[in-house]
Amino acid sequence: MNVALFIPCFVNELYPHVAMATAELLEGYGIDVVYPLAQSCCGQPLSNNGDSQGACDAARRFTGVFKDYDYIVSPSGSCVSHVKHHYPWYIADDADYQALQPRVYEIVEFLQDVLKVDRLPKPVYFPHPVSIHQSCHGLRELGHAAPSELMIPYHSRLERILQLVDGIDVRLPERRDECCGFGGTFSVDEPEVSVAMGEDRVAQHEATGAEFIVGADPSCLMHMGGIIRHKCRPIRPLHIVEILTGRGGAA
Amino acid sequence: MKQDNINHAEAAAAFLQDREQARWHDSAIWWVRQKRDAQAKQLPEWEQLRALAQQIKAHTLSRLDEYLTEFQANAEQNGVTVHWAADADEHNRIVHGILAAGGVKKLVKSKSMLTEECGLNPYLEQHGIEVIDTDLGERIVQLRHEPPSHIVMPAIHLKKEQISELFHKELGTEAGNNDPTYLTHAARANLREHFLTAGAGLTGVNFAIAETGGVVVCTNEGNADLGTALPPIHIASMGLEKIIPKQAHLGVFTRLLARSAIGSPITTYTSHFQQARPGGQMHIVIVDNGRSDILGSDDFSQSLRCIRCGACMNTCPVYRRSTGHSYSYIIPGPIGSTLGPSRDIRKHGSMAFACTTCGSCSNVCPVKINLHEQLILQRKRAFDAGTLKPVKKMGLLAMRFLTQHPSLMDTGGKLMRKVVPILPQALTQHSAWSRPGRDLPQMPAQSFKEMWQARQKDKP
Repeated sequence: MNVALFIPCFVNELYPHVAMATAELLEGYGIDVVYPLAQSCCGQPLSNNGDSQGACDAARRFTGVFKDYDYIVSPSGSCVSHVKHHYPWYIADDADYQALQPRVYEIVEFLQDVLKVDRLPKPVYFPHPVSIHQSCHGLRELGHAAPSELMIPYHSRLERILQLVDGIDVRLPERRDECCGFGGTFSVDEPEVSVAMGEDRVAQHEATGAEFIVGADPSCLMHMGGIIRHKCRPIRPLHIVEILTGRGGAA
Repeated sequence: MKQDNINHAEAAAAFLQDREQARWHDSAIWWVRQKRDAQAKQLPEWEQLRALAQQIKAHTLSRLDEYLTEFQANAEQNGVTVHWAADADEHNRIVHGILAAGGVKKLVKSKSMLTEECGLNPYLEQHGIEVIDTDLGERIVQLRHEPPSHIVMPAIHLKKEQISELFHKELGTEAGNNDPTYLTHAARANLREHFLTAGAGLTGVNFAIAETGGVVVCTNEGNADLGTALPPIHIASMGLEKIIPKQAHLGVFTRLLARSAIGSPITTYTSHFQQARPGGQMHIVIVDNGRSDILGSDDFSQSLRCIRCGACMNTCPVYRRSTGHSYSYIIPGPIGSTLGPSRDIRKHGSMAFACTTCGSCSNVCPVKINLHEQLILQRKRAFDAGTLKPVKKMGLLAMRFLTQHPSLMDTGGKLMRKVVPILPQALTQHSAWSRPGRDLPQMPAQSFKEMWQARQKDKP
């Protein structure tokens, strides 16, 4: 089985350690990990701003780069969701895309649904309270957890996988799945609303007493991290792969 | 009526200057969302009800012409006069015509977003007819000469102290008496006088039932009932999407409506109007005003399923932190942000961008409209219509180009990582990212691509 890493453009530049942790995690399970160098942005910012032509070109490029791998795995729920759920707006009829679409996974999904892991590659002891940040696209488009709006049985992928970590104390914030306010270009189109939402969200995570905010979407963590740094707060955002590989808190 | 040219981002930023009021607004509306959750949770069949409501509405919209004709025939059989209005202006002329023919000088009106959409109040006032909004929230915003900020709770942006001040000025209540019961009684006494002296009552319509020709109006204050029981003329104004096929379908919607809207099992009054009372007149005005254009659109026809519960506003984190007054269209929040741009993308384009695409609205929607996706699709129209700011458009075109040229994107990324850390703070702190209190991410020395390539080289 080969797995191609799909590393979102901003993760490549700003959070290389999150990408590396993703690769290490997969390799830890004996997977042959490939990183196709020709990859680029998935086109979500273009799509979210109405540039259909650009979004369509990006979708075709993505399909061309990734179509020959067994699985495509990424540490960003939002980008995966764009590829899986919004590419059909642009290239629904593309046979390569149709074949590729079911093989694209967010990292936690891949670990749970494809590898069906019941242990971590190496034991991780992380004796800290963490507050789960359930990012919107992972939650409502990929179904990572039961959204609070829907009257369906409760489940949560992130909570479930964190059970494999020793000593961790998992908490949920008040308003367990309210948006952090990042929203891609929304963060700069409506910066005041974006930051107001982020400040509220950070405060809710802090109120749990957690030392870390843990999520599966680097963009939300980047936004909250910027607010946390500006206010010099002690709580730290952490991508879930950083905990699962035992790198947690080091970066 | 709304002011022209409201830009959501600017209006929201102004609203957020008073953080305390903004936080209060957020929690007051979040409380309604929580009440909705608690009520929905009590029905094991909640998700089935939503699916059923979606299917009934989708079916009805697919045969709207047939059901409208059936509705008209049955209403006319009941002795109701049915009028058709192609647009807002025709609606207003029809209503004025009915009032003029009846010699009406004062109209009492229960809640109707359609009449807000049509601008009925100013039209009638220009023609010498006094219009009294009788829903308490609507009355409050009418006295303040401002539009409603929410479709179900029109005055939710106001605290009781502000209402006390308003009533002191307009209704002569005691200065500084903020007791909600006292203030409500004062409004009630004032409204009672108007109910007794009005020549006609106008109501909105929540549901129009094709098989009976009757209309159903849901209120919590009983004002629609007084407004139709006292004056001899009842006018019901409805958008043409309000039709449901059968009386038996009504229960699906009434069970969803009040729970979604205000977290109550049912509205206090669910009033059925089938015909005029003896000696009176009943008129139904069916309004298109752009709806058939939306019906013809693959991307947006779902928005016509809306039953105007307002749940999407209550759950919307952007709405809660910006108020309805920050949206240019009369209907704010997620549903307004697809309806407004459908009507006029140039005027209401900013609404489509007032959204993080979190998707909570689509999940609370009792008729399962794909609201957050509609907003993204409206942005396509905004882009194509050229409503984006030139600097943003240029940025997107650059992004489009870089996406196809990863090596240039790598160079750009590297430049960013090298330059940003040495920029003076004075330069970065005024950027849209940093201005409201958010630091830039720390810039790592290497990109993942660089790290990966080095790692591959080192591999034995």
